[in-house]
Amino acid sequence: MSTLEIKDLHVTVETEDGAKEILKGVTLTIKDGETHAIMGPNGSGKSTLAYSIAGHPKYTVTGGSVTLDGDDVLAMSVDERARAGLFLAMQYPVEVPGVSVANFLRTAKTAIDGEAPKLRTWVKDVNGALERLDLDSTFSQRSVNEGFSGGEKKRHEIAQLELLNPKVAVLDETDSGLDIDALKVVSEGVNRFREQEGKGVLLITHYTRILRYIEPDFVHVFVNGRIAEQGGPELADQLEAEGYDKYVKAAAV
Amino acid sequence: MTDAARASVESALELDKVDSHLHPEGSFDVADHPVPTGREEVWRFTPLRRLRDLHADADLSGTSVGAEADAPDGVRIESIDADSPLRGTSGFVPVDRVSARVWHEAARRYAVTVPRETELDAPVFIDVRGTGIEGASSTHVVITAEPHSKATVVFRFLGSATLADLTEIVVGDGAQLTVVSIDDWEDDAVHLGHRHAKVGRDATFKHVDVSFGGNVVRHDTTAEYSGPGGSVEMLGMYFADGDTDHGGQHIEHRLFVDHTAPNTRSNVVYKGALQGEGAHTVWIGNVLIRKVAEGIETYEENRNLVLTDGCQADSVPNLEIETGEIEGAGHASATGRFDDEQLFYLRSRGIEENEARRLVVHGFFNDLIRKIDVPAIEAKLTETVEAELAKNVLKALPGGDR
Ligand SMILES: Nc1ncnc2c1ncn2[C@@H]1O[C@H](COP(=O)(O)OP(=O)(O)OP(=O)(O)O)[C@@H](O)[C@H]1O
Ligand SMILES: [Mg+2]
Repeated sequence: MSTLEIKDLHVTVETEDGAKEILKGVTLTIKDGETHAIMGPNGSGKSTLAYSIAGHPKYTVTGGSVTLDGDDVLAMSVDERARAGLFLAMQYPVEVPGVSVANFLRTAKTAIDGEAPKLRTWVKDVNGALERLDLDSTFSQRSVNEGFSGGEKKRHEIAQLELLNPKVAVLDETDSGLDIDALKVVSEGVNRFREQEGKGVLLITHYTRILRYIEPDFVHVFVNGRIAEQGGPELADQLEAEGYDKYVKAAAV
Repeated sequence: MTDAARASVESALELDKVDSHLHPEGSFDVADHPVPTGREEVWRFTPLRRLRDLHADADLSGTSVGAEADAPDGVRIESIDADSPLRGTSGFVPVDRVSARVWHEAARRYAVTVPRETELDAPVFIDVRGTGIEGASSTHVVITAEPHSKATVVFRFLGSATLADLTEIVVGDGAQLTVVSIDDWEDDAVHLGHRHAKVGRDATFKHVDVSFGGNVVRHDTTAEYSGPGGSVEMLGMYFADGDTDHGGQHIEHRLFVDHTAPNTRSNVVYKGALQGEGAHTVWIGNVLIRKVAEGIETYEENRNLVLTDGCQADSVPNLEIETGEIEGAGHASATGRFDDEQLFYLRSRGIEENEARRLVVHGFFNDLIRKIDVPAIEAKLTETVEAELAKNVLKALPGGDR
């Protein structure tokens, strides 16, 4: 079982002119095994939602709640959230110079599982995950995200998704900057994750392209810090045809 | 070396006098070096009050520092007298009062000599151990790697001490010498060290300076070339902590590579981390490329990672170029705060904050550890780094909750 429940979430960021509200009451529930897509224009607050769920210190939650299987996520530290089963594939993965991918993955896996993985199977698992994402095995000796191309960073995020195998994955524009082949490889990775029992996915994207490979159960249109509309996969087709204009105008009124 | 000999060497090298603050006039006469006041360019960063008068007129005859060597066959280690001809063979001329005094007054003098064409199969370890801070000690050592020899000499500084020392290093033609200095002092040690190397034709000299311990540690590390084709690599790693009982650690490295011969190379990389109120590091990287030094290549770099508020990292690279006929010359200096985004990224993968900090700092030093590449000490070095990180980084830090 895994249910991520977001209720009336309000989030601010600190700016030069004081706190600015970015999320203005977001309510969304991802039930067992569901995939939800969030689509919205630039600056509408999609990444803010993702980071707030993960606990980035830049964002201040001023109201509402987030629970995972009933547990208060907002009361947890960043690493506790990950150990509770949340995973965020970042829009802009961070470079960590001098820390090898192998060391990073092993440390993360050990933290998540509470014990070190068995050496022999682990090396095989890592190589397998890298290979499935079309990353050659020399990757494990490179520093985390350092000098990776945009596409390699995204594929590396999905390799982590496979290896850490959380309950709920939040994918923030994992599709942006990918060519069509890489997009397929990444989508297959996400689908392998989804095929497992009870895994939730919150797929944040700007374009409908990825939804051809990862079919969502629900689509939410995100505008100006709120969900402006929701529906099934057909909503994505409508957005493809009409764009966000009518929602942006409505929000501006 | 006599003045006449020095004059002939200088004329052979066709060295022009360079009017440069990088290159103060040296003198063996203590009277030529007044007690520094702290206003001098070369002393302005150093906390003179905490030097226990080493910079002034402290009695240097203390005996609380002992040296113990563990050396493979083939190397000669012996005490030398004040009139030993080995002294001065590196071309060292004192540039300040403390080194002039050590020259004349050193309580202990010894030489480490690797004979011609000898390749040592293990490093020479010299443990310098202090038993107390009372009574300043002084040491003068001359390391000679004779032509075409190959050796590694590792100094480990341990315990409590007030020490002024001078290390002369002569790398003969075609020799390959690595000298490692690991400052693992107790929190109360004060150490002023001078190291000067003369690097022969086609010789390779690598100096590795690891400074973790001590209260005030200042190393002047300088190199010159006695023939073309020589190569100098200076690598340094330091960690200054603010929370000692004796005031924040002050770690100062003053480097000077004097390109006195054509087609020589130098590569200087120092990295440091600072943490805690009052931690202070200073890195001065001077490179002088003389007119004769055509076709040389030099690069120097200093990077500092500031882990908390209240620390100060001073970093000053200086490059003076007297000839345009060079292969390449560059420098870089950067001081950065601990990167919260890196920390967030690691923690978002379940890694606890302390472990994440440790990883980031370890990563910061990692490429340098790889460059040091002295297999015999690598494990020990990694262990020392880990211990230092455990001691400092894993300490509960403010704002460490989320
Ligand atoms: N420090 C800040 N000061 C002012 N505004 C900020 C700050 N940080 C974020 N914002 C604003 O918050 C809003 C939401 O940003 P967010 O990154 O969540 O948008 P997004 O929907 O993910 O956009 P994109 O599609 O470009 O990724 C933007 O308008 C952004 O300018
Ligand atoms: Mg975004």
